[in-house]
Amino acid sequence: MAGKLMDLKAAAALVPDGATISIGGFTTQRHPMAFIYELIRLGRRDLYLFGHSPGGDWDILIGGGCVKRVELAYEADEAFNTVGPRWRRAVERGEIEWEDYSNFSMVARFTAGAMGIPFMPVRSLLGSDLIRQETLTPEQRAADPRTSPRKLHVMDSPFNPLDRVVLVPAIHTEFAVLHVQKATDQGTVRIEGQTFADVQQAMCADVVIVTAEEIVEDDVLRGEPERNPIPSLAVNHVCRVPYGAHPYAVFNYYDYDPLQLKEYHESAKDDAAYRRYLDRYVVGVKDQVGYLEAIGGSARLESLKAKPPFGYRPDLKRRV
Amino acid sequence: MATPRYTLTELMAVVAAREIADGEVVFAGTGLPMLGVMLAQRTHAPRCIIIFEAGTVASRLAHLPMSVGDPRVMRGAATAAGLMEVFTFVLQAGRVDVGFLSGAQVDRFGNINSTSIGSDPRRPSVRFSGSGGACDIACLARRTIIIAKHEKRRFPEKVDYVTSPGWLAGGTSRTESGLIRGGPSSVVTTIGVMRFRPENKEAYLASFHPGLTPQAVAEATGFPLDVTGATETPPPAAEELRILREDVDPERIFLR
Repeated sequence: MAGKLMDLKAAAALVPDGATISIGGFTTQRHPMAFIYELIRLGRRDLYLFGHSPGGDWDILIGGGCVKRVELAYEADEAFNTVGPRWRRAVERGEIEWEDYSNFSMVARFTAGAMGIPFMPVRSLLGSDLIRQETLTPEQRAADPRTSPRKLHVMDSPFNPLDRVVLVPAIHTEFAVLHVQKATDQGTVRIEGQTFADVQQAMCADVVIVTAEEIVEDDVLRGEPERNPIPSLAVNHVCRVPYGAHPYAVFNYYDYDPLQLKEYHESAKDDAAYRRYLDRYVVGVKDQVGYLEAIGGSARLESLKAKPPFGYRPDLKRRV
Repeated sequence: MATPRYTLTELMAVVAAREIADGEVVFAGTGLPMLGVMLAQRTHAPRCIIIFEAGTVASRLAHLPMSVGDPRVMRGAATAAGLMEVFTFVLQAGRVDVGFLSGAQVDRFGNINSTSIGSDPRRPSVRFSGSGGACDIACLARRTIIIAKHEKRRFPEKVDYVTSPGWLAGGTSRTESGLIRGGPSSVVTTIGVMRFRPENKEAYLASFHPGLTPQAVAEATGFPLDVTGATETPPPAAEELRILREDVDPERIFLR
């Protein structure tokens, strides 16, 4: 294939067991779900995730037994389900190692990594238990050199002793995986709508894999470079994956899928039902084509297609 | 005119909306805050500006979002960017007038827990989603409004984990922690509205919802609640209910 284009399965196979990864998107939008399903099919283990507000992207990886350690601010599909069900179980059963931050502090950490500096000061967290409590033990921190030796550091400004800030350590990951609307074989990336922290996550990763709804001519995106927020030099691999974020939304392309989300959340309440869900939609199907057939094929996908000028499906029934 | 019938969720949404003044910059999360801010924008506060942490500024919502990362928040937005732009240039820089928060537990100083239940967060009996942007909003908005279902166990003397700092231990403890602004101004619940005494930052009952008594609210609260001077919450107006039901949440996503 030309330039940076790569097959989805080949791209997922680049991620080894134990890798550090950040995954793009925010709660209910633009998660690279097809890529995540491939990681589960590959049986990846001991992944180490960094994120701000992931949703079912992390939840299904955790439930799939792929994850050892996470650093995060939030894990849920918001109004669809206010706590990620497999995340909750993993914590309550002691099956996962994690550290809690806030969204701002996690995004500040990605930004520090992206800027090539060791930490970022924020005025948040002060007075909270996010400062006083640490969930990772000193031994757990010491066991993995990719974990910051300390969670954070509170200091008074050297320029004004009355001005207190919290320094949060930079994040550096081996992989960032994003799902976007458009990309090119040269690695030029177009994100439509909210960018979340995709740019910072990409810029603090060694290897950036972008899955895209559409592959377009590089000259088309270069016609409006101010709308391409990630420098192409930072993008290593590009995969064409239509409906690659299903059951989550992609602005201007399709809405989230309330039926699928409901089935996921209901299945996730029970271990056996959850295994059946994974069998039916992930490990029991060969690839993304098989997944899209399993969830209802073109009829289901057609019902989710975004309508202009909204960029979503204004008539979508969401309490199903 | 007879007061129309309404549910507690509808009443909470109306009370939340009334806390927003016209022209204010509002940082809204998913659920009741979105109902409140959409209602405020369609009634007394048409010029209020809605900020969503996932990266949009000044949306003119046409359809109720299910999340702050919902494509629906793009509708009519003046700016779409990312979390870092919103958290630094808007929130940390002091441009947010009011933030809405909620959680599993709220104490008498308005500290909120949305992390976990149990004395050791490493081994919680129940785990929740975690802070998200809540701690950041609690630290950096000019004031916050807390929305919570009123049950005794949700209003304990002390929360198990301070995810979002309120007035901390009361008095001047919030300022002493290094926080440069903000703090909760009110707690809107299913049975009343609490505010905080300026001198010691302790919660008191400002109003109880129609049909209840101040004593009933105090009994449903896990910390001693001063109910002196509490008045009845003004009920929702027919027009507020009509806008909520027909315009803001016709699908009954959050309204019950």
